[in-house]
Amino acid sequence: MPADSDLDSRPALSRRSFLTNTAIAGGATAVGLKTRVVYADDIKNNDDGLIADDTLPKVQLTVNGQKRTLAVEPRTTLVEALRDTLGLTGTKIGCNHGQCGACTVLLDGRSVNACLVLALSIDGSDVTTVEGLSDPVGNLHPMQSAFAEHDAFQCGYCTPGQILSAISCIEEGHASTSDEIREYMSGNLCRCGAYPNIVAAIESVRDAKVEG
Amino acid sequence: MKNFSYIQPTTLDDALRATDTSEQFDILAGGTTMVDLLKLDAIAPERIIDISRIASLEGYTFDDENLRFGALARMSDVGDDKTLAQICPALTESLWKAASSQLRHAARLGGNILQRTRCPYFRETHYACNKRNPGSGCAALDGGDTGLHAILGGSEQCVAMYPGDWAQALIAFDAVVTVVSSKGTRLIEFADLHVPPGDTPDIETTLKEGEIVTQISVPVSAAMKGSHYLKARERESYAFASASAAVGVLEDGGVITEARIALGGVASIPWRAREAEEYLEGVRLDEASAFETGRIAFSEANPLEGSAYKIKLGASVVAGALLTAQKRARQEG
Ligand SMILES: Cc1cc2nc3c(=O)[nH]c(=O)nc-3n(C[C@H](O)[C@H](O)[C@H](O)COP(=O)(O)OP(=O)(O)OC[C@H]3O[C@@H](n4cnc5c(N)ncnc54)[C@H](O)[C@@H]3O)c2cc1C
Ligand code: SF4
Ligand code: FES
Ligand code: FES
Repeated sequence: MPADSDLDSRPALSRRSFLTNTAIAGGATAVGLKTRVVYADDIKNNDDGLIADDTLPKVQLTVNGQKRTLAVEPRTTLVEALRDTLGLTGTKIGCNHGQCGACTVLLDGRSVNACLVLALSIDGSDVTTVEGLSDPVGNLHPMQSAFAEHDAFQCGYCTPGQILSAISCIEEGHASTSDEIREYMSGNLCRCGAYPNIVAAIESVRDAKVEG
Repeated sequence: MKNFSYIQPTTLDDALRATDTSEQFDILAGGTTMVDLLKLDAIAPERIIDISRIASLEGYTFDDENLRFGALARMSDVGDDKTLAQICPALTESLWKAASSQLRHAARLGGNILQRTRCPYFRETHYACNKRNPGSGCAALDGGDTGLHAILGGSEQCVAMYPGDWAQALIAFDAVVTVVSSKGTRLIEFADLHVPPGDTPDIETTLKEGEIVTQISVPVSAAMKGSHYLKARERESYAFASASAAVGVLEDGGVITEARIALGGVASIPWRAREAEEYLEGVRLDEASAFETGRIAFSEANPLEGSAYKIKLGASVVAGALLTAQKRARQEG
């Protein structure tokens, strides 16, 4: 059984009885309805010293349109779950502290730093990573094409995060001037300094949208 | 990061019940301060109570008397709100100029006002720090890098700077915070929420154990229209304030009848510059009086070598903010 439990089972920790029937079994219950309780010491190690996955709580995410169920520790961040558990290494880790934007993904349609999100906290959510941007037959997303056309990268390490922020920038209507784009995109650092071309790529997608 | 017990209540009631525990706990909202500090082991709670899914705390509403913000409203939504920008530009500008678009999407207003200091020695556990480890000393005061430390409201034990932006607009406009615990509800003046370090830098607010901020409300006032948040940073964007000011002015017959001035990036807590406000009231606001107001705002400053630059910078920021606010106050409609 996963580590989800309810506070009633812990009189020593919870002096008051409550939350009857509110624990989520397996973590797959609909979002926003039930209080979730996970105790650190319910998570056990196997004889080999590694964590026993079946004692971990589960989180269900729709990642790039596909429903995935993952066993995670309470401390596991979204970027770790994506890269290490799901093998989606398009999302990068730069600083791991919210300072660079390499880990940017769309969470329920909004760009966030996946390094600062606990995977357990977003059960039931929708996550889009750079792997999920092209269409089923492999055509690139217009923003990906624009980055390629405008040479909006050198080493490419910051690029997945830049592209997701760029999509969010246009979606939210913050691409009206190059200054506004620069301000909105300031959470994505590029140590190769591709900034002018990144702004040009975003402007081209914006303009194509207006014309189209 | 150490593991922890994790509770994600979906109602305020369940959240309060989860605070009734012998485990040492912390509240988590958007997690952008919390997860950062957890990774550094600067904090290591036994239990995390993740309140981010308590839907009843997400909303915000405006009427003629009050602007009310749920503690879980997002920085991005409120910072982008066109109505609020009309009512009180300083409240939206101070959100829009904070952090990055990704962080603003994740971060909530309750977490924002309670964000922790960015003092590098608080963040790195191998340094002495009275805030993180009371009685261990203060690496900043021991001759460390003090470029981002407080020049107002510090003490012999700690000169950490309060890094937030929005709080300056809140304190300038007399915000009130609603807090709820299993014992009931109480209101705290925003100006009384944070406490300067004194001899106990580990105590940062007047919140009691188990209290959860549910709402921040700001009374609508005439000086809101003529308000502005000006933030000077080491780079153009995505940096904490080197010095900032949230100001509001009201003019009548060419003189200032009401002035509100709060200072960011320079003090240990959100900082209202009352003496500077008093000086300006009854005075004609022009470049000279704007700079004089800025000078007065920093007359009590007590900088270290690394933070001395903030006095001149901060005074200019106050002056600049006032002159912009005056233009806004004079605009029709
Ligand atoms: C790289 C970087 C740059 C940044 N730049 C800026 C900047 O320029 N300006 C700025 O203002 N901020 C900046 N921030 C800080 C950011 O704005 C805050 O981290 C954020 O607002 C905190 O909100 P949160 O919801 O994520 O809070 P959390 O991280 O979840 O919580 C923050 C604190 O508040 C407590 N808490 C949260 N909600 C409640 C509640 N309802 N009741 C009681 N306690 C509560 C938590 O226990 C914790 O101590 C930056 C952060 C990063 C990582
Ligand atoms: S200034 Fe405060 S937070 Fe920074 S090291 Fe000193 S005691 Fe710690
Ligand atoms: S890795 Fe997340 S912001 Fe740098
Ligand atoms: S392309 Fe190299 S970091 Fe941006």
